[in-house]
Amino acid sequence: MPVAAAVSLRGVTRVYHTAGEGETAALAGVDLDILDNEFFTLLGPSGCGKTTLLRMVAGFDEPTEGHVLLFGQPIQGLPPHRRPVNTVFQSYALFPHMSVAGNVGFALEMLGWPRAEREARVAEMLDLVRLPELGRRKPGQLSGGQQQRVALARALAPRPKVLLLDEPLSALDLKLRKEMQIELKRLQRETGITFVFVTHDQEEALTMSDRIAVMRSGHVLQVGSPRDVYEHPRHRFVAQFIGETNLVGGRVVGEADGAALVDLDGGMRVALRADGVGAGRPVTLAVRPERLRLAAGGGDGDGGWPGTVGEAVYSGTDTAYHVALDGGPTFVVREQNRAAGTATAAVGERVSVVVEPDAWQVLED
Amino acid sequence: MTDLRRFPGTRAVAWAFFAYLYLPIVVLVVLAFNANTTATIWTGFTTDWFGRVLANADIMRAARNSLTVALIATACSTVLATAAALGLARRRVRSERAATALISLPLVVPEIVTAVATLLFFVLIGLELGLLTVALAHTVFCIPFAYLPIRARLAGMDPALLDAAADLYAGPWRTFLRVTLPLLWPGVLSGAMLAFIISLDDFVITYFVAGAGGTTLPIYIFGMIRIGVSPEVNAVSALMLVVSILFVSLSYLIGRRAG
Amino acid sequence: MAASLDARGRLGQRLLVAPALLVLVVFMVGPLLLMGYVSLLEKGTYGGVQWDVFSGEAYVRFLFERDFDDTLLFNPDYLRIFARSLGLALWTTALALAVGLPTALYIAMQPPARRNLLVFLVTIPFWTNLLVRNYAWILLLRNNGLLDGLLRWMGVTDGPLGILYTDTAVAIGLVYSFLPFMVLPIYTSLEKMDFRLVEAAYDLYAGKWQALRRIVLPLAAPGIAAGCVLVFIPCLGAYVTPELLGGGKALLIGNLIQGQFGVARNWPFGAALAFALLAIVLLVMMVYTLRFKRPAEGGR
Repeated sequence: MPVAAAVSLRGVTRVYHTAGEGETAALAGVDLDILDNEFFTLLGPSGCGKTTLLRMVAGFDEPTEGHVLLFGQPIQGLPPHRRPVNTVFQSYALFPHMSVAGNVGFALEMLGWPRAEREARVAEMLDLVRLPELGRRKPGQLSGGQQQRVALARALAPRPKVLLLDEPLSALDLKLRKEMQIELKRLQRETGITFVFVTHDQEEALTMSDRIAVMRSGHVLQVGSPRDVYEHPRHRFVAQFIGETNLVGGRVVGEADGAALVDLDGGMRVALRADGVGAGRPVTLAVRPERLRLAAGGGDGDGGWPGTVGEAVYSGTDTAYHVALDGGPTFVVREQNRAAGTATAAVGERVSVVVEPDAWQVLED
Repeated sequence: MTDLRRFPGTRAVAWAFFAYLYLPIVVLVVLAFNANTTATIWTGFTTDWFGRVLANADIMRAARNSLTVALIATACSTVLATAAALGLARRRVRSERAATALISLPLVVPEIVTAVATLLFFVLIGLELGLLTVALAHTVFCIPFAYLPIRARLAGMDPALLDAAADLYAGPWRTFLRVTLPLLWPGVLSGAMLAFIISLDDFVITYFVAGAGGTTLPIYIFGMIRIGVSPEVNAVSALMLVVSILFVSLSYLIGRRAG
Repeated sequence: MAASLDARGRLGQRLLVAPALLVLVVFMVGPLLLMGYVSLLEKGTYGGVQWDVFSGEAYVRFLFERDFDDTLLFNPDYLRIFARSLGLALWTTALALAVGLPTALYIAMQPPARRNLLVFLVTIPFWTNLLVRNYAWILLLRNNGLLDGLLRWMGVTDGPLGILYTDTAVAIGLVYSFLPFMVLPIYTSLEKMDFRLVEAAYDLYAGKWQALRRIVLPLAAPGIAAGCVLVFIPCLGAYVTPELLGGGKALLIGNLIQGQFGVARNWPFGAALAFALLAIVLLVMMVYTLRFKRPAEGGR
């Protein structure tokens, strides 16, 4: 049974006309389906259009072309106060002249809820975000983390169909951030509301999301689960933006047993599963540092690529070895520090870099 | 470390400045209590002059006129200024700068020029000079004084607050009533008080457009000063000073309290 | 779709601003233009204006006077008044700067709580009645007034002081009236200044004076310019101070203009003078805006 799309974007484009600069496209032909009851993240660097997209769903901005649909119903043209969608703002935007309870109950007031029900719901929300005693306080008297949770409670109170979160954790310090990430995940699971989360922090996206859409310059480059996006990046930008990656160029020289043979720049030949890659085509291949292994010696008997260790960077859980491959680029190899004290290889040592099977990804550029 | 912030000589000049600034005011207030009619030799403390001033029917009428005009001008200018500030918010367009320049025009043009121009205008349209013309003229130059604090207050407001209100189902009118106005209110009040003081204190423009029936307190005082120094003048002047200072302080406190 | 959202908002905003702008156009811009028009009309026989008779007489009168047989003789009187007003305004501005700049600097360097109090104290006289404040100076400066009494008591002088009703008195009064206008803008500029820039200068071996000259003053320049303009312009058109403290002898532009609508009963001439004053003021404002506002907006 297909799960209903909570939010759908079809061909959404947003173009700005700036005097003297002509047109800039904040969004270019975005097609996206966000499913009901999922934690969906829009990930990308600043200026990629993720916030613009969010604002279109909220109603603070309208597409120049295209459609925005909420559970199948078009909503563009509807002002924000008529959309059953609520936002948690980056600056929290708590009303300074109202108490916490006043803030949380604001939407309910606007919707005409009777006082008793309103107060009950406010209490329920404050419990949900674990701030039960703070109803009477003013926002100015709260810490950053508390304000953030009030903003959440306020947006969740009117039972929106979709909750939009615009980089809500960016103002918090690291420890608080990590706590709130878990909180948010829990809230989404408990309430069953679709969360659309905007961030530029790829680690945050990976840990919290059911699915991620990676964006750049107004385009959606790839949509998938965290695992999908991390392990099978289809775009050079996606491979580099999320986690670390090693890149090397090559050329397809033939096919054998359903696998393509690729000659890498630097002499190595590898076989990898890739469909529809035409012979003779230049390609870019990517491999994650943790899918590489160091083997001793510089010989290529084990199919590894020989090279010299340039640097070994220790970072507690693992060590990153920067290996200058013979005739090729420098690859970063990440090995877990399983045994205390000793390193796998020393700087200057000749090693062989072995690639795990199926670790190569072919990228579009 | 605080020594880094001291520049030589500034302290002395600053104290001289404050002395220069407040000496005449202090002298005036003190002399208003002087029992001596010569006004420069102190013979004793008295509040007689204040009593005389308050009993003087002409002065009281002028004061009532001043108050009437000030209230009208304040009300009108504050409403217009608030609307204008709201209308010009969030617009970084060339037209916004032009509009602000127009609103600030009364501040730039010397009072005597405005006075002449306004007089000619009233004569042209045949409006009889009196309290009405004074109130009209006052409204005009009170607008920028009311406008500036309101605008400052509006600029300091997080624009996301308005988005948040709409997001939480408040339509434009309710957003205005429940979010914008309460947050703006200290600015509006501050602007109103400034407009009030400016109107009370105005002389030059009023002098030109008051005609026979529009005598306000400053005009009356001017007439008294023309005749000569007298204790009554001292008393009236001291009263006006106190009223102004009171209002400014109130305006300042309101602005401070609201943050 | 984006357009309709904007258009709705824009119309609403225009409606809000319109009344205020309308009032200003009708009661300010209109009258000012009218004033220019009137300056080109013939004066009425018993004062006022003949609305349908044109004449350039007002402007002629500015520079010339007519002899019995209608020949024009050059009359420098009015020019002298303008020159004196300009000179006095410049002097006042210079004095205000000399006193106001160090004061603003002192206030800006105080801790925040004290700063606000001091600024408030500077602001108060600004809001009190100009007439009253100038009257206080009459009390101080008149013969047998306070200053006179003080100096005589100290033995410095032994005759009447004779300051009142002279140019000196007017100058004192003008500086007094407009001093806050100088201090506040300079203070605002200085307050926005990041003091760490000065600390950086000290770190790089600058002395106090050099830091002042090379870092502080350039950063305060917009405020200084604003202050000078805010003092100069009202000074030029001052009426109350020269009237009260000059006693009808120290004639400045303001008194001259007022006279045309009072005793002299030459309205077109008064309008012409006022228009000339307006022209000078607008010129100064233009120079100020072009020189000091554009670069600031571009830089920031």
